[in-house]
Amino acid sequence: MDSFQQTVFKLKRYWDERGAIIQEPYDVEVGAGTMCPETFLRVLGPKPYRVAYVQPSRRPADGRYGENPNRLYKHMQLQVILKPSPDDILDQYLGSLEAIGLDLSKHDIKFEEDNWESPTLGAWGIGWQVMLDGQEITQFTYFQQCGGIDLDLVPAEITYGLERLVAFLQGVESVYDIEWTRGVKYADVRLADELQFSVYNFEMANVDRLWRLLGEYEAECKELLAAYETYPTLGVSTLQPRRFPLLAAYDQVLKCSHLFNLLDARGAISVTERVGVIKRVRDLAVGTAKMWADQQA
Amino acid sequence: MNFLLEIGTEEIPHWMIPGALIQLSAMDLFGATPEVDATPRRLVIRASNVAERTPNQELTITGPPISAGEKAAAGFARKQQVDPGTLIQIGDYFALHKQIPGRAVRDILSETLPSTILGIQWPKTMYWVGGKTGPRFIRPIRWIVALFDDEVIPFEIAGVKSESVTRGHRQLGSFGIPVTFANYESELRKNFVILSADERRQKIVTEITQLGAKPDADLIETLTFITEYPTAIRGDFDSAYLDLPAEVLTTVMRHHQKYFSVESADGKLAPHFVAVMNTNGDPEGLVKRGNERVLKARFNDARFFWDVDQHKKLADRVEDLSHVTFQAKLGSYLEKTNRIVKLVEELGGDGHAQRAAYLCKADLTTEMVKEFTDLQGIVGGLYARHQGEPEAVAKAIYDHYKPLSMEGEIPSTLEGQIVALADKLDTLRGCFAVGLVPTGSKDPFALRRAAQGVVKILVEAKLEYKLDDLANGELKDFLLDRIKYYFREIRGFKYDEVNAVLASGVATLENLEARLEWLAKVRPTDDFEPLAVSFKRINNILKQANFASDGEINVALLEEGPEKDLYDAYWQVGAFDSLAESIASLRPRLDRFFDKVMVNVPDAVIRTNRLTLLHKLLSKFSTVADFSEIVTSGEQE
Repeated sequence: MDSFQQTVFKLKRYWDERGAIIQEPYDVEVGAGTMCPETFLRVLGPKPYRVAYVQPSRRPADGRYGENPNRLYKHMQLQVILKPSPDDILDQYLGSLEAIGLDLSKHDIKFEEDNWESPTLGAWGIGWQVMLDGQEITQFTYFQQCGGIDLDLVPAEITYGLERLVAFLQGVESVYDIEWTRGVKYADVRLADELQFSVYNFEMANVDRLWRLLGEYEAECKELLAAYETYPTLGVSTLQPRRFPLLAAYDQVLKCSHLFNLLDARGAISVTERVGVIKRVRDLAVGTAKMWADQQA
Repeated sequence: MNFLLEIGTEEIPHWMIPGALIQLSAMDLFGATPEVDATPRRLVIRASNVAERTPNQELTITGPPISAGEKAAAGFARKQQVDPGTLIQIGDYFALHKQIPGRAVRDILSETLPSTILGIQWPKTMYWVGGKTGPRFIRPIRWIVALFDDEVIPFEIAGVKSESVTRGHRQLGSFGIPVTFANYESELRKNFVILSADERRQKIVTEITQLGAKPDADLIETLTFITEYPTAIRGDFDSAYLDLPAEVLTTVMRHHQKYFSVESADGKLAPHFVAVMNTNGDPEGLVKRGNERVLKARFNDARFFWDVDQHKKLADRVEDLSHVTFQAKLGSYLEKTNRIVKLVEELGGDGHAQRAAYLCKADLTTEMVKEFTDLQGIVGGLYARHQGEPEAVAKAIYDHYKPLSMEGEIPSTLEGQIVALADKLDTLRGCFAVGLVPTGSKDPFALRRAAQGVVKILVEAKLEYKLDDLANGELKDFLLDRIKYYFREIRGFKYDEVNAVLASGVATLENLEARLEWLAKVRPTDDFEPLAVSFKRINNILKQANFASDGEINVALLEEGPEKDLYDAYWQVGAFDSLAESIASLRPRLDRFFDKVMVNVPDAVIRTNRLTLLHKLLSKFSTVADFSEIVTSGEQE
């Protein structure tokens, strides 16, 4: 039986063999691998791209103090982006399951309709959840729009829920019982995060300060976006337009999104505020996406 | 000629497949009847006896006027590619008879199939090649088989060329299977694809029944179109989970896992489930174990939610509803709760009904409902009972989303009926007040369903609220539409009967139903239709005379004979329950009156008196139904 990390190695190897860049996780908090610039920004524009990476994804409201065997504040996704999507993408995907030791002729696989939409990112796509013997193990999406922009090359996004998948492969009932590597359980590595961040997210995060931080990051992002409009196109180098730090602007968007999730988990966002805050974040995301597409053109 | 078209796709959402097949079965196949079938990965049309060629045709084409001269005629002939000598004259114009030779149907199909295929209407489509200018379909098309007497009909969609090679089941079948019209279905079967939806459905029904599952038509339909090779297996769960409410267990199995539940002989849930796989077997029990493991985790979640939720009683959750949005413009569920409580009071609901109204939305804050949203209301009812609320309160909360559909049951207790009515009315009034009115097929707040629920509860619970007290203006019209729909589609009354009764006004729906039942009963009687015709005539006479009188009949002015007889009959028209007999006696007298008596006489006093008589007679019936709305056999439906 493969350990958690061996399974991850095999999946990375599999996509490496299919021409994907193997990236490392992004170092700003995200709620899903989709939000990383490696997905959100790279799917824009006409340039083909293939990338795979593990992304720890933080969802403060999903924390359960380490008590629920299947729910985590921070879970890990293996995110694969193939842009444009190859014709045999679903077969390639099924091949990846065989590569981690599943004999598909002995299992039940179903592709059940599940379209993905993210109001905060102005993004949506068409796809399925992949069910293996009744367990959802993957979200598969053909992106149609991102940052409010119709995509030129339709990418396929494959998101493996690593804890679920490996719990299935190892036949354990709690993610905490997953063998991470020989003699080390998932709980040994991650339980402290789950417990402490549940306490922080639900009980101790300073709401006033979070609101202030949200405002600060938003202001930083807005300032950058406004500056892009007037940034001189000619300068010391021919790369002048490409110097403009839209990637930094996007980091501010991610910060805002995470702060929104924290405030939400803290129960600090009222009904009337909620829609408004989502819109604030979306405006930043959509604005950054538009300028990025423009800058890369 | 035989025709076979298979559109090979990635997995199509199950619920969209039947609609696509209906569209494909309307395809024009040159005289042949298309036979359609589908699995999630293929849409198939087959036909035999398709014409090989379209027939030759002779067309008459009119050219320039003769006055335009020979030069124009020559130009016309050149354009039509004929010798000018073959032109004829029709009237003042040059013309020609042109022979249009028939075409090979295979050639026509090769031109038309791409647009036929891409012309299928889907609820939501995607693009996958060529960006947003590329073709749109429900899911990517990956292969196409198109054969005309086993010769490929050549065409291309999104880079996929038609061919004679299909694909089998994803895991069990071959990738490239050469097929002919004759062996297509059997080759698929060898490769673990059962093409016929009927056959898959039957296989599911037979197997799940053998395994003791409780059949569920919707779930069977879903599984029929989510599998290419369905096989049922039975799994077990620890009977300790049977402590959880059956509603919760069933919802987890059915809605989240697409399993059938299994009942023991006494009708209680048994600790088993039946799953339908998309494969041919599970010899090592791997699939069974996998599904059992998933179900156990799901049940554990449910138990965890149940336990956590008990830490805070429903009553203590009501204030938390201020954080749950009902609708941006209509505020939170706390505000809605307060409105429902008030409305229940206005509707005369007792203490239990008011308590139920106060608690009915509190379950929206529970973990259980956040996870299993379709259990809203039901969870509230179960928790209320568990937390010691009176049974009448618990039951009313449990039922207050009912009826869930037009066929669904209404709440079983008066308290439940009133709370359900108040909840739906509040939604309707609120949405209409802020302009969220359904248009066309757009009805994001399910207002039609809410209105339908209001109508169904009012009628079937025989509640004595007057429509005017519940709604007015646009909302009243909206409810009237639903009332019509209910009596026509659900109760099967004829549309003109419904119109006739509605034209006489609506007080309570119970009264409306009684009048409708009366009308439907008297309608087949011999005297009814002639009377309806006479009533229409009266209506026309009154309309033409612009008659609007509240005067009384002057008996002294009545002529002996038909007029006096009609007056006597008018007096004998009794109350609602004896109207049927009145029709029998009235009809011959009314006929005779129209036969012998002139209404529009020159003498204004007599004329007015006769119009008054007719008007009063009509009024006696008009509280029941407006007979002029009845379509009689002399009229076109």
